[in-house]
Amino acid sequence: MTDATHGTAEPAEPRRRKASLYASDAHTRRRNAAEKRFRAYGIAAIAIGLFFLLVLLVTIVRNGTPAFTQTFVTIEVALPADKLDKSGNRDIEEMKKVSTFGYAPLVDDALAEALAQAGIETPFANAKDLRQIVSASVAAQVRDAVLADPALVGTSHEFRLLAASRVDGYMKGRVTRESVARDKNISAEHLDIVDQMIAAGLVERRFNPGFVFGADASESRPESAGIGVSMLGSFFMMLVVLALALPIGVAASIYLEEFATQNRFTDLIEVNISNLAAVPSIVFGILGLAVFIQFAHLPSSAPIVGGLVLTLMTLPTIIISTRASLKAVPPSIREAALGVGASKMQTVFHHVLPLAMPGILTGTIIGLAQALGETAPLLLIGMVGFIASNAPASFADGFLAPNSAMPAQIYEWAKRADPAYYERAWGGIIILLVFLMVMNIIAIILRRRFERRW
Amino acid sequence: MSPLWLLILILVLAIAGFAIGRTRAMASVDDHRKLHSRPNYYGTNVAMLAFAPAALLLAVWVVAQPIVINASVSHLIPETSYEDAGALNLIMSDVKRVAEGLDVAVAQGALSAEEARSIRTEFTDVRARLGEVGVALGANVDRDVLRAAQAYRARAATGTWFMTAAVLIVALAGFFFAIREARGDFRARNRVENGILTLLITAASIAILTTLGIVLSLLFNTIEFFRLYPALDFFTRLEWAPSFSGRGGASALGILPLLWGTFYISIVALLVATPIGLFAAIYLSEYASKRVRAFAKPLLEVLAGIPTIVYGLFALLTVGPLLVSVFGNGGLLGVDWMGGGRAVMTAGITMGVMLIPFVSSLSDDIINAVPQAMRDGSYGLGATQSETVRQVVLPAALPGIVGAVLLAASRAIGETMIVVLGAGAAARMSLNPFEAMTTVTAKIVSQLTGDSDFASPEALVAFALGITLFVVTLGLNVLALYIVRKYREQYE
Amino acid sequence: MKDNMEGRKLVDQMDVKFQTRDVQVYYGDTHAIKDVNVDILDKTVTAFIGPSGCGKSTFLRSLNRMNDTIPIARVEGKILLDGEDIYDPKVDPVQLRAKVGMVFQKPNPFPKSIYDNIAYGPRIHGLARNKAELDDIVEHSLRRGALWDEVKDRLQEPGTGLSGGQQQRLCIARAVATEPEVLLMDEPCSALDPIATAQVEELIDELKQNFSVVIVTHSMQQAARVSQKTAFFHLGNLVEYGDTDQIFTNPVDPRTESYITGRIG
Repeated sequence: MTDATHGTAEPAEPRRRKASLYASDAHTRRRNAAEKRFRAYGIAAIAIGLFFLLVLLVTIVRNGTPAFTQTFVTIEVALPADKLDKSGNRDIEEMKKVSTFGYAPLVDDALAEALAQAGIETPFANAKDLRQIVSASVAAQVRDAVLADPALVGTSHEFRLLAASRVDGYMKGRVTRESVARDKNISAEHLDIVDQMIAAGLVERRFNPGFVFGADASESRPESAGIGVSMLGSFFMMLVVLALALPIGVAASIYLEEFATQNRFTDLIEVNISNLAAVPSIVFGILGLAVFIQFAHLPSSAPIVGGLVLTLMTLPTIIISTRASLKAVPPSIREAALGVGASKMQTVFHHVLPLAMPGILTGTIIGLAQALGETAPLLLIGMVGFIASNAPASFADGFLAPNSAMPAQIYEWAKRADPAYYERAWGGIIILLVFLMVMNIIAIILRRRFERRW
Repeated sequence: MSPLWLLILILVLAIAGFAIGRTRAMASVDDHRKLHSRPNYYGTNVAMLAFAPAALLLAVWVVAQPIVINASVSHLIPETSYEDAGALNLIMSDVKRVAEGLDVAVAQGALSAEEARSIRTEFTDVRARLGEVGVALGANVDRDVLRAAQAYRARAATGTWFMTAAVLIVALAGFFFAIREARGDFRARNRVENGILTLLITAASIAILTTLGIVLSLLFNTIEFFRLYPALDFFTRLEWAPSFSGRGGASALGILPLLWGTFYISIVALLVATPIGLFAAIYLSEYASKRVRAFAKPLLEVLAGIPTIVYGLFALLTVGPLLVSVFGNGGLLGVDWMGGGRAVMTAGITMGVMLIPFVSSLSDDIINAVPQAMRDGSYGLGATQSETVRQVVLPAALPGIVGAVLLAASRAIGETMIVVLGAGAAARMSLNPFEAMTTVTAKIVSQLTGDSDFASPEALVAFALGITLFVVTLGLNVLALYIVRKYREQYE
Repeated sequence: MKDNMEGRKLVDQMDVKFQTRDVQVYYGDTHAIKDVNVDILDKTVTAFIGPSGCGKSTFLRSLNRMNDTIPIARVEGKILLDGEDIYDPKVDPVQLRAKVGMVFQKPNPFPKSIYDNIAYGPRIHGLARNKAELDDIVEHSLRRGALWDEVKDRLQEPGTGLSGGQQQRLCIARAVATEPEVLLMDEPCSALDPIATAQVEELIDELKQNFSVVIVTHSMQQAARVSQKTAFFHLGNLVEYGDTDQIFTNPVDPRTESYITGRIG
């Protein structure tokens, strides 16, 4: 310890501060200020993160809720027999020959009549010019009603007709008189009429079930577009994912966790699973396009293809969470079962698996929620750009017939030029998020209820 | 017999086998406690042997038959009538369509089976005849195609006949073999368990198959692309301008502008996500009380659970217009830096918000793994909490945090929806963050969703982009996971 | 009591560093330290001994307010350092810990170079005006830590690469570098092998020339070897405090005697 004795020879006293503990020196004050600043940065970071979340949610709710209501025009439409059923015998086949072009003038006249009754003056000489107030789909709506109930012919019936998207936009503040100045779809005069119709109670905004349950519509009729059919597309995709990913994921996890010995093959699987979890989702889309559509000739845009792609994407998530739940079952359970003479397979299937089930289900639901919101791979297998206008005719069609899916539908709407579709895209997001929230809440409840502490 | 019916048939055989096997095993002993395994195992053994090999054969056959027939029938098309593999593919799909049309016609009775085999284009307008039964064809059927279609039908019919026979023989063989085994001293449980184990291993192998599928589908199409377009140009050209005419050679398909856009947007995203995420993680792990932590951490993680389409829409409709109203013409700052809502900044900032929880959650775990003794050592010397964090905890956690940021970077590079909606479509190599640029992922989408022919370089380039993306993200991930694992080992 | 009389006599003769009066420490609902009164002298090695869980480490950690980092811990009573109450609201624990350094049970070098490990304290407290002064402090501290000759050629290598004994001496040197007045050591040798233990004990003996050293130890032999004063703790109480020789040869309290002779512990 020569160096220690050498060390004590040096004078240490001058550097030692003999100041009182009660007085804090300038240096310490500076350090404490730095401490406060640092802490403030942390709080600021969290506040910014939460602020972004809040902004995101407020934006979604504010922009999306209007999509759930729609403007309707309620008028009495006369359905003269001489125009709709010339033969007079109410033969459906005969009546089908009258196309929507035959019905459109009836609606025009009904509108003019309703305005006259309410004492609203119109600057338009021709009743046909009033047509721009209602949706282009109303003639079809009236026709469908008549064909469903031929007895209506010859009577007057009150219809609640969809208003045109511009009128709806006017009601929601999206369309103003300035903005329609160069719009050929509607004019300021129409808006004046609408104002008076509101006063007369002919026009009102109300909840629109068509948005939640209906089908997508063409580019020019945002007012009648709905997300219902693509919701079915998502539903069938999720069925495929659930039916494939859960059993395959659980089987793979059981093998890796309970049976596999450490060797090259198992290592290869492990490496593959952890890497697949990080592969960008778009790459799975390329895989789906090349393997399922080009190679296996499955129908493009079909939910079954989407489901297969999402299955491959979700598998790593499910395998990782299932393995964690299997690992959480204590070895004593296995030993107890093996000890009474059960085979390894019986031990796993009779004891370990049931105990791990809540955890497995939680992981599966979270994986499904991820898959439900995934968009990018669907773009490549043709589920975007397909206008989901018809609900699948049968259960098999649900898997095989071309369809869209909720996130793909939202993307499709976001791409369309009419701002009325943006509102629908936000509205679609609300529905999508509600689904995700419900799934996550179920997962949390499952975890809380059945979580076992060993 | 169609594959579906065949499948049902062997399924029925399996169910019957289960019952018979079980009964036979029970009957083979006077007291069923003398059986080696529980009775159900004997039944399952029969069902398994009757079903599994036959079903496997069926699956292989269904996949292989069209490929084999396709290859043999395509020889019937004279080589003079097509230029390359792409054109042959088109002809072959015509052949298949005509063959299917003939099937439909026979099924509806519009043609007799004999007619379908022998009609000639010289004597019959095949297109019109098929049109009558609802099979629309794009063009008149030429002689070679019809002949090929008839050959296709004939071979398919023969193939299906052989398949039915082979599958049934295999199923019955398995069935009778297992029935003979169903005696008391047979170890049925072991056999069944080995079968289940095989099933488990197969399930686990799907991960390998998926990777293989990704790599092969990317690789083959990329090789095809490089046959049509020089690889050197793809990797070094500074221009991205695909021609819209389809098969023209005028396209410039250089990946560099796309890589630059990807890189630039990811950098902006990381510049947003890293400081916020890191400081949030520090606060949550070092300062926050239990209650604040229990409340703030899950809320931040909600940001990671929101689907990317939502962020895409947010970028397009909210962030973009907001940025334009600040940096655009007549904006708050009075500068005219930004022409439109779609820009590097728009996509980058939105992506940054999405990545905050990635950085914060991972960093939080990593900071928590720094041993308390390290902090005590620093406090014991009179360091303040922030000095301890900055000079002791963070340097100790640095490798792990670098890993976390790399993982976030790999996410950013692979992200698609935000850039498709928020970044724009123009491939540009510029330094101005307020300009629209595009990325590798956005171009994969646009090249594969357009109208261009799949065999054209304009579509195939997407696979070359895909493989680049795959390699880059995989490399980043492997590196990040390696760093994180090394870091964890250090403190375990 | 006889030892208290002797203690008072000593107080007159030598500097008292710490005076504690009726100190209570609580961990949540647990009353971990009860009514501890003790005077700790300057330039002396004081050993805290007692069976595990007796509260000696807890009490040690309350002397430089390390217990502040544990949210549920609470200290009552008075602890005076040079006559000033260290739990007074005016006192900044950061300044206190600069005066009362601490060495821990397991060597905990920072994941930095040897040089940076030593320079850490002087840097945060601003003890050096320039690089040369900092170099001086580092060398001086490493010499005091009896480590200089072993590491002088590799100051830039990571401190975590040293052997266990070297790491612990590095931690002692690191604590010495901030020029504390008291050094608290919490079982500094429990993770070391006998040779390293001997080196550290030798070092502690050197250190008492400049510092007041308080050491918690499990080993009675170690207490007997290095300390001049010994305090025996049992179930949160200070049972007996006095000269080490007296405690080990002629304990007053029967509990002390049982512990010394190995009947409780």
